Amino acid sequence: MSNQHKRLGEIVIIWIRTVWLRLLLAPVLGISFLVVWAAVVEADVYTNLVLPSPGEVAERWYELYADGLLWRHTEVTLYEVFFGLGYGVLVAFVTGYFIAKSRIVASLLTPYLVALQAVPIVAVAPLLIIWFGPETQSKVIICALLVFFPMLVNTVIGMRSIPPDLRDLLRSLQANPLETFWYLELPAALPVVIGGLKVSATLSVIGAVVGEFVSPNEGLGYLIATGRGNYDTPQVIATVLTLTALALLLYGLATLLEYALLSWQRAGNNGL
Amino acid sequence: MQSPMTRMTDAAAFLAVDNVSHTYAGPAGDVQALANVTFRVVRESFVCLVGPSGCGKSTLLRALAGLLPPSQGQVSLDTQPVTRPQRRIGIIFQKANLMPWRTVYHNLQLPLQISGVPARERQQRTEAMLTLTGLDGFAQAYPAELSGGMAQRVALGRALIHDPEVLLMDEPFGALDALTREQMSAELLRIWSRHRKTVFMVTHSISEAVLLADRVLVMSPRPGRIVFDLEIPLARPRNLELLHQPAFVSLTEKLRHNIRTS
Ligand SMILES: Nc1ncnc2c1ncn2[C@@H]1O[C@H](COP(=O)(O)OP(=O)(O)OP(=O)(O)O)[C@@H](O)[C@H]1O
Ligand SMILES: [Mg+2]
Repeated sequence: MSNQHKRLGEIVIIWIRTVWLRLLLAPVLGISFLVVWAAVVEADVYTNLVLPSPGEVAERWYELYADGLLWRHTEVTLYEVFFGLGYGVLVAFVTGYFIAKSRIVASLLTPYLVALQAVPIVAVAPLLIIWFGPETQSKVIICALLVFFPMLVNTVIGMRSIPPDLRDLLRSLQANPLETFWYLELPAALPVVIGGLKVSATLSVIGAVVGEFVSPNEGLGYLIATGRGNYDTPQVIATVLTLTALALLLYGLATLLEYALLSWQRAGNNGL
Repeated sequence: MQSPMTRMTDAAAFLAVDNVSHTYAGPAGDVQALANVTFRVVRESFVCLVGPSGCGKSTLLRALAGLLPPSQGQVSLDTQPVTRPQRRIGIIFQKANLMPWRTVYHNLQLPLQISGVPARERQQRTEAMLTLTGLDGFAQAYPAELSGGMAQRVALGRALIHDPEVLLMDEPFGALDALTREQMSAELLRIWSRHRKTVFMVTHSISEAVLLADRVLVMSPRPGRIVFDLEIPLARPRNLELLHQPAFVSLTEKLRHNIRTS
């Protein structure tokens, strides 16, 4: 091979590393998936009922969108996710804060919190629906319960990772508990807390759908349940994809928040 | 016993340590870190404490800061017992101990924010402190972008910015290389000559202690006691030239000898 060819090869490799990896690889994987999917349908491996073509799914998706059904149910699920995530994360943060601060609170609550985490949420969901009714309220609670644990664990870890010397500094400056929280504990724990938020954000969509499956009257989970009931596989797939997009959107928002709040982490590591 | 400690009358004492002992209770048994430590520090003087590793220097410093109530004895500042941390006392730790999420500017500002100093005045004082500590070009840098020496300058500025009367330092230059360390000592001399504070500094370096201090205390191995107390009568202002002068060398020799025999 000539030298020039080698040079060209290097340039291609660098180009792949810089541009492809960052911008194109994920879409390429997605498009390949669609192509394989379409090919499998074309080859009639499965009946149309089991596996409709990407085109059929897209068509059904557009129908659902055009008659307003998709947006109406997305709105319901979004509402549940928003409040479920909000309450879950807030209560988990406050609980985690006090568990990290006080040994008494920690030994009092830990066994119950672990027990709570050990119970499969799908199993308790019917109970919650009996208690809180079949409407959105119970689904918000199911969602909140699901996002609670990762957020709690990360808050405790984040709080415990605060350097004791910085605590001494704040003590020597006679900072009150509120100032200590605002100037030290919150910013120091934030990287780990936001890590928890990212996990919770994706779990929140699962939480809402679990509730909607157990008591299907509204929401994207309901749209999946009726799609299955009517042997409308395109509707099921279209709704699942919508849910995925929703989860990705939430994760993206959490990542954006991380990027905005933790800009200092990018300092001093030379852009790696 | 006729020691320099008893030479001083109580009236001249600003920082007073009386019979302080401390024992840490641990799962592997109790560790006595300090045994009957007593000394006085005159207002606006510079006192250094040297002693072997693990003898209780940091413990003593934390007791002086009001961060650690000693199991026995009393620390007082200006005749008031020190039972909890106070803003009149500034502390510098062995590591720079900066907040990685704050820029140099905002790290310097922290004590003023907590004391509720208005924004205008905060800005003026922070800018003055940037200049004093030679950090003018680095206001917007994050701690991750600083060298060890620069980080310690920020720590020094942060300890001075709310103008405490007492400055406690626990091996502030311990993590720096020898050259940077000397530079920082010279810096400290310059800054201290402009902002006279009562300084109590723990150090491992005998020459650093003699260069900086009016008085050097020597602590025994654990449990720590003050076993030697040496006045440093070298004239001020001092600078790094001093390191080679016979008077300086004989003082460091004297200290070295006493540490070895203690
Ligand atoms: N929180 C603690 N709990 C139990 N023992 C401790 C604690 N802090 C210090 N000690 C013990 O007390 C003794 C004195 O510790 P101290 O940190 O005061 O020593 P030091 O003179 O500052 O040492 P160095 O020069 O290495 O910094 C040591 O034996 C140490 O192990
Ligand atoms: Mg120490």
